[in-house]
Amino acid sequence: MADHFIEDKTTKVNVNLEGKEQKIDFNDLKSGGFIKQRQKDLFTVRLRCPGGRLSTEKLVEIAQIANKYSKKGVVHFSFRQSLEILYVDYKEFNNIVAELEKIGQKVASCGPRVRVPTACGGCEYNPNGLTDTQGMAKMVDEKFFGTPTPHKFKTSFSGCPIDCARTKEMDFGFQGVVEPVWEEPDCTGCTICSEACKEDAIVSDPDTGKPIFDPMKCIFCGDCIRACPTEAWKPKRYGHIVRIGGKHGRHPMEALEVCRFLPDEKVPEAIQKTIEWYNANGKRGERIGNAIKRVGVQNYLDFMAPVFKAIPAPFGK
Amino acid sequence: MTEIKANASLDLRGIMCPINFVKTKLKLETLEAGEVLEVILDSGDPIQNVPKSIKEEGHRIVEVKKEGEHFRLKVQKG
Repeated sequence: MADHFIEDKTTKVNVNLEGKEQKIDFNDLKSGGFIKQRQKDLFTVRLRCPGGRLSTEKLVEIAQIANKYSKKGVVHFSFRQSLEILYVDYKEFNNIVAELEKIGQKVASCGPRVRVPTACGGCEYNPNGLTDTQGMAKMVDEKFFGTPTPHKFKTSFSGCPIDCARTKEMDFGFQGVVEPVWEEPDCTGCTICSEACKEDAIVSDPDTGKPIFDPMKCIFCGDCIRACPTEAWKPKRYGHIVRIGGKHGRHPMEALEVCRFLPDEKVPEAIQKTIEWYNANGKRGERIGNAIKRVGVQNYLDFMAPVFKAIPAPFGK
Repeated sequence: MTEIKANASLDLRGIMCPINFVKTKLKLETLEAGEVLEVILDSGDPIQNVPKSIKEEGHRIVEVKKEGEHFRLKVQKG
């Protein structure tokens, strides 16, 4: 009796591709986003959807292709926001890739390389959003997707401190922040900001109603700026808190905060240099968080100084 | 601050988010641009959320008074 809990362990098969007899190594396929399933000959085809955003037009086209190639007629939303077409026969790989290419849809990847970035909705339409997370995810995907690294390298972008994109669990994460600045002449002492601040960083002066601000408690969410009826709280600058070395999995690690208020235009450089550092210091199969633990975070920070050092600390501290 | 005269009033005490904002929005729709709506909001979630939503819709909060556990806001339709 066949035990369906035992995976099919074959890794090499002969296939007829474009009229030629060829050998396919299933282990190689993972780099191209084809993931072997338990079921013989069947694979999951992982699509490349940076930030989890798709045009409705493309979604319809993908649906038609999935309907044609999935033996079971199912897709799955991966944990990293990409769409996976399940139960695809490996003999159809060339056909499905060609059809996906025709609609401009690329296939993702697995293995030791820069993965498709994830992101929340960001400032385009989310009221809490402070940064253009979708734009950043698209940029990272275009510039860095597939770059080889010692082990997987996951990036994500959250638009605000609620951190829906879980930057604390990423190899390299970027979380949107805003530095608030208060200008007394515009303040009427209405006390709304102290009510709006969920961090108790603002209390209202009992006599004037004007804010008494504790910068140490501020997490840069911008609630005070949005709530202020008279624009006395203003955004001074936007940027990203940068976190490194987080992961989930069997042995989760929380990322270390390595920079505050990194501006959008410095994000590509930060990623470029971090990959450089990782490739120079990481051992094969070692996540960047473990490499930093082993080598020491100071080594990484010294290397990154040209990117991180010149950025002024918030509130001039 | 001089008292601003309201054209309409809404007591939203005890009304949860986002229903309090929706009621504010619907009431504002019955007013002309420049007219003023008075709303009374609880502290906590309502005062954290409703004023910013009002601003995002293009209206102006022209007066805020804290009265114990609630706030009296005057909103000018944008």
